[in-house]
Amino acid sequence: MLDELRTLLAPKIQTARARARQKERGRGARTAILVVVGAVFWMFAFGVLHRLLAYFRGVPEIGPLLAGKLLGLILVSFFSILLLSNIITALSSFFLARDLDLLASAPVDWLSLYSAKLLETCINSSWMVVLMAVPMLTAYGTVYDGGGAFIGLAILAFLPFLLIPAAIGTAFTLLLVNAFPARRTRDILSVIAVLAAAGIVVLFRLVRPEKLARPEGFRSLVDFIAILRTPTSPFLPSEWVSRSVMGWLTGSLDLLPIYLLWSTAAAVVVLGALLHRGLYARGFTKAQESGERWAREGRLGRFARAALSPLGVVRRELVMKEVRVFFRDTTQWSQLILLGVLVVVYVFNIKFLPLTGEGITFFIVNLVPFLNLALAGFVLASVAARFIFPGVSLEGRTWWLLRASPLPIRELLWSKFWVGMVPLLVLALAIVGVTNSLLHVSAFMFAVSIFTITLMTFALAGLAIGFGTMFPRFETENAAQIPTSFGGLLYMMSAVGVIGAVIVLEARPVYSYVSAISFRGGEPAPMLELVLGFGLAAAVCLTATFWPIRIAIRKLEALER
Amino acid sequence: MIELRSLTKRYGSFTAVNGVDLDVPRGELFGFLGPNGAGKTTTLRMIAGIMRPTSGTVRIAGIDIARQPTEAKQKLGFIPDRPFIYEKLTGVEFLRFVAGLYGQSGEDVERRGRELLALFDLEEWKDELVESYSHGMRQKLIISSAFVHKPEVIVVDEPMVGLDPKAAKTLKDLFREYTRRGNTIMMSTHTLEVAQSMCDRIAIIQRGVIRACGTMDDLRASAESGVTGLEEIFLRLTGEGLARELIEVLDA
Repeated sequence: MLDELRTLLAPKIQTARARARQKERGRGARTAILVVVGAVFWMFAFGVLHRLLAYFRGVPEIGPLLAGKLLGLILVSFFSILLLSNIITALSSFFLARDLDLLASAPVDWLSLYSAKLLETCINSSWMVVLMAVPMLTAYGTVYDGGGAFIGLAILAFLPFLLIPAAIGTAFTLLLVNAFPARRTRDILSVIAVLAAAGIVVLFRLVRPEKLARPEGFRSLVDFIAILRTPTSPFLPSEWVSRSVMGWLTGSLDLLPIYLLWSTAAAVVVLGALLHRGLYARGFTKAQESGERWAREGRLGRFARAALSPLGVVRRELVMKEVRVFFRDTTQWSQLILLGVLVVVYVFNIKFLPLTGEGITFFIVNLVPFLNLALAGFVLASVAARFIFPGVSLEGRTWWLLRASPLPIRELLWSKFWVGMVPLLVLALAIVGVTNSLLHVSAFMFAVSIFTITLMTFALAGLAIGFGTMFPRFETENAAQIPTSFGGLLYMMSAVGVIGAVIVLEARPVYSYVSAISFRGGEPAPMLELVLGFGLAAAVCLTATFWPIRIAIRKLEALER
Repeated sequence: MIELRSLTKRYGSFTAVNGVDLDVPRGELFGFLGPNGAGKTTTLRMIAGIMRPTSGTVRIAGIDIARQPTEAKQKLGFIPDRPFIYEKLTGVEFLRFVAGLYGQSGEDVERRGRELLALFDLEEWKDELVESYSHGMRQKLIISSAFVHKPEVIVVDEPMVGLDPKAAKTLKDLFREYTRRGNTIMMSTHTLEVAQSMCDRIAIIQRGVIRACGTMDDLRASAESGVTGLEEIFLRLTGEGLARELIEVLDA
């Protein structure tokens, strides 16, 4: 069995090794950037947590309880991420991977196949969480003097913590594939997305974070401490990891949570294996069926065709193809659900900002919408990373068709730009318009917000097309994985840079104008400063729109596939 | 109609196509044969404008594809060996999209699309997403898409792969009728009977170099005496030792 498992895992290990050894232009620079970004992230996460935990440690009685609660909160987030990630990864590794035909036709033992695929799913879904956990646990170990043995305990607690969601996620996917018509990943993924959104809300309600933020709301300190002492969710593995870690760090090691973690991991793996033995063959067979999916052009299609006619035949067909492919591809449109949740949470947070009462000046009320632009910009950058950035990568397999046709590359990229930019702009204007109305901002700030967010949207869409073309992932089957690539990381860094530059350039003229109104009684604002600040911000945005697309056109024209 | 002059393609130190010179006149069905890895697909992809040659030129109807790609590609239809197409479009939407890429739309395109789908027995499937098509059906759809904009030249890489006997027969008839009307086809294939029975002229490429080119009679003359069939000529020109080795391996 072990030999067979080794054989099954060998191609994955060899592929990873070959990829690491592969010589590629610019690889050194990429690795260097990744190492620097990773080191900065680790140091930042470690620094923030270290400071917070050092403060907690100085608070008698409540300190360790707060540290434990914080750990529980982080771990419960990790657990939900792991569960969702495993469900999605299992779908591809157990049912859609290209090596499955070969494995299914080979005389491979079912348990070896389950073990190999479970391990593959677990590693692919967990590596990012592990990377995030390292600075966190280091901060806990350092502040509470965990000693060298703490590393061993952390590994002992974390291994089953990773294995449990992998086994549960795999089993859940197996049940879904058996329940739904095969290859209908749309149904499966939409269920997963809705469940994920609901799950996150439920988990956050379980943790009840708002109670901890308002100790004055408790009748007495005793009540507050009692709440802190109560396990947040005693049946979740995150709680067991938290208890074992905090137990070790506070000198009261409890072995029960470790026992619970390992016994639960063993139980779910065994149950998962039994389920796999019973249902996998049926599920895999169903996954080979294609299922009927009809699509006839209805009134909407004819209307769109007529409405897009002024664009000309080539652009109209490109736009219609983009829209059809997007709305028929579950991995793409299912992300709209999460986007909706994100936007609602964002708007609600703005709604409940305490911007009335004593000490809240006209200046602060105007400053908040300005800073809101930076946050809205970040939200839009994330949306562009999800929906616009993968555009060119998704053409990988059909590249022969576009390249053999007389379609100029410029037309292709600009069509993708407009198809992505217009909905992004609608979203941007809606977010800024609604939040500005909730904040009751002045006419000046309203105008600044609309002007800035429009320019930013152009820039973010241009950058997404540019970076998506410069760092394509033509072989990826799942569109949702494309934004998490190295190019996606570079795109987000550039987007944050552009947003930061725009905010910095506009900060001075906005400050001057609002100061003139609130402190100097309506004294006219310096026009030169306004024109210069906003002019430079516009120049930055337009450069970020056109320049990446120009580079992308050159890159695509030289591309041979 | 197709002119290749000193066409060369290098990948680092490896030369995939080495100084190929070819002329395919209007109305000819030209066969392009060679063992695996000989440079057939690379040559065809350079002709279709998907790849750029390291050196040399490709002219389609007298138009240099490197200098005037849009004009040259207007005259071309390309059928690749692997049928990768948009999975989330229906058959009819795909044909409409391809015609759109060539700036064509309207009732003419719709009618031609319907006729081509009917020709390849895809009419019933026209409103179904391509993701539910079999390999052969995808191949038929791609073949239909290459004809939908009425090109003057078709470049086709392994057209018979995945086709059922009826579709293969339809395709042969279509190719014959198409060239009879003065259009040109350049086709690579491993099915030697197809090449022998259909092609006006044949070129055999090996290691990026044209080993022989001409009619069947010309090829017979360039092979050793006593050789009559294309298979024998092919093996003689590309190294029949391989076939013998294969038999030895199977016997062992």
